[in-house]
Amino acid sequence: MGINRRDFLKGFGGLCAVAGMSASSGLLTGRTAEASHGEPSSSSDKSTVRWGMVIDTRLMGEEDIKKCAEACHKAHNVPDYSKVPQLGHGEVPEGGNVKDEIKWIWAASFHSSFPSTATREFIAEEVEKNKVALLCNHCQNPPCVRVCPTKATFKNEQGITMMDMHRCIGCRFCMAGCPYGARSFNWRDPRKDKDTLWGGGPITPDFPTRERGVVEKCLFCYERIEKAGAPASGQELLPEQVPLCVKAAPENAIVFGNLKDPNSGIREVLAKNHTIVRKPEAGTNPSVFYII
Amino acid sequence: MNFTSKGLPLTVVIVFVFVMLAPVWMNLSGAPVKKPVPEIADSIKGKECVRSASWMRANHMQLLDDWRNEVVRESDRDDVYKDKHTDKSLTRTCLKCHENKTNFCDRCHTYASVKPFCWTCHVVPKEKK
Repeated sequence: MGINRRDFLKGFGGLCAVAGMSASSGLLTGRTAEASHGEPSSSSDKSTVRWGMVIDTRLMGEEDIKKCAEACHKAHNVPDYSKVPQLGHGEVPEGGNVKDEIKWIWAASFHSSFPSTATREFIAEEVEKNKVALLCNHCQNPPCVRVCPTKATFKNEQGITMMDMHRCIGCRFCMAGCPYGARSFNWRDPRKDKDTLWGGGPITPDFPTRERGVVEKCLFCYERIEKAGAPASGQELLPEQVPLCVKAAPENAIVFGNLKDPNSGIREVLAKNHTIVRKPEAGTNPSVFYII
Repeated sequence: MNFTSKGLPLTVVIVFVFVMLAPVWMNLSGAPVKKPVPEIADSIKGKECVRSASWMRANHMQLLDDWRNEVVRESDRDDVYKDKHTDKSLTRTCLKCHENKTNFCDRCHTYASVKPFCWTCHVVPKEKK
């Protein structure tokens, strides 16, 4: 064998350099692919539909929001644990069982809804007192989708941030990622609690329940909207197609429509009124707008 | 106890063989287990399923898996097969004809010890006898 130590090391070093270069270039291409992944996906940009919502807080009080929540939670089998003893404590805490709470739409104070806006001085008393209806913002750039390791939560073609419950492994990354607290974790098996009232009523057989260990949230009533298919420009949803909260709210308090259609009713409302979104500094581009 | 004597290991061997072969004895003595047949209600006899019955017997799990992905992820609810349109739904389509889950799904699944987790979330429609 005519190879000495010096020649071997030379050849081996060369091989390592080649391997290292190809590996690092692979990494680089991998990284650029990842960077573009974080942007609002181009596939959803091609779609002609992005569902959105304008909530007029002037037309909605706490009671109205409760009605919306009731309609939503009943239809989607969202368990009501407010009067069920807290897990691991054996009693109902004062002010209801909040720790195990599951919520899709709920009422919150102006300050907790718009923390950055509400730090301003001299806010109208009426605004500060009134409650705001909160739900999943169905962001155009959703952090929950970016962090989900199984793609259980994803943006669908119509701009809805969907949940594929079959894939959710309950890691709760999405809950950490969501800046709006719109996601709830099923700490308990909703089927096993004998006292479970689905949104305060009997079970809705047409909508699945969830099981212990998955995360859930508002899905913009996709099961109602999808009946409309892809709407033509200027075409509004029928009353049986709009989300249930829109239906339960006072007239015009919640306007629902296609944000990508310049002729839609929601775009008209957005053009005529000054609206704000929750935590714009998070850069998520919410599809839920508020008139204060 | 003297483990070096020849008698004791022999009893151990006999007991071991007996225990290991117990399932075989028990199967020999009992009546053979019947292969389960899922119940097809009289009302749907002769009707065609979304695919042929033999295909469904072998591939229904794959079909259901495809259906759930297409419905949830692609909002595609419409199944088209031989110009026949079907709503891709476990509870509204499958269980509408096969209305008794216990006698249709569970019979084979229990026999084959298959535990699909459909019904931890999906609500079983009321069973008709």
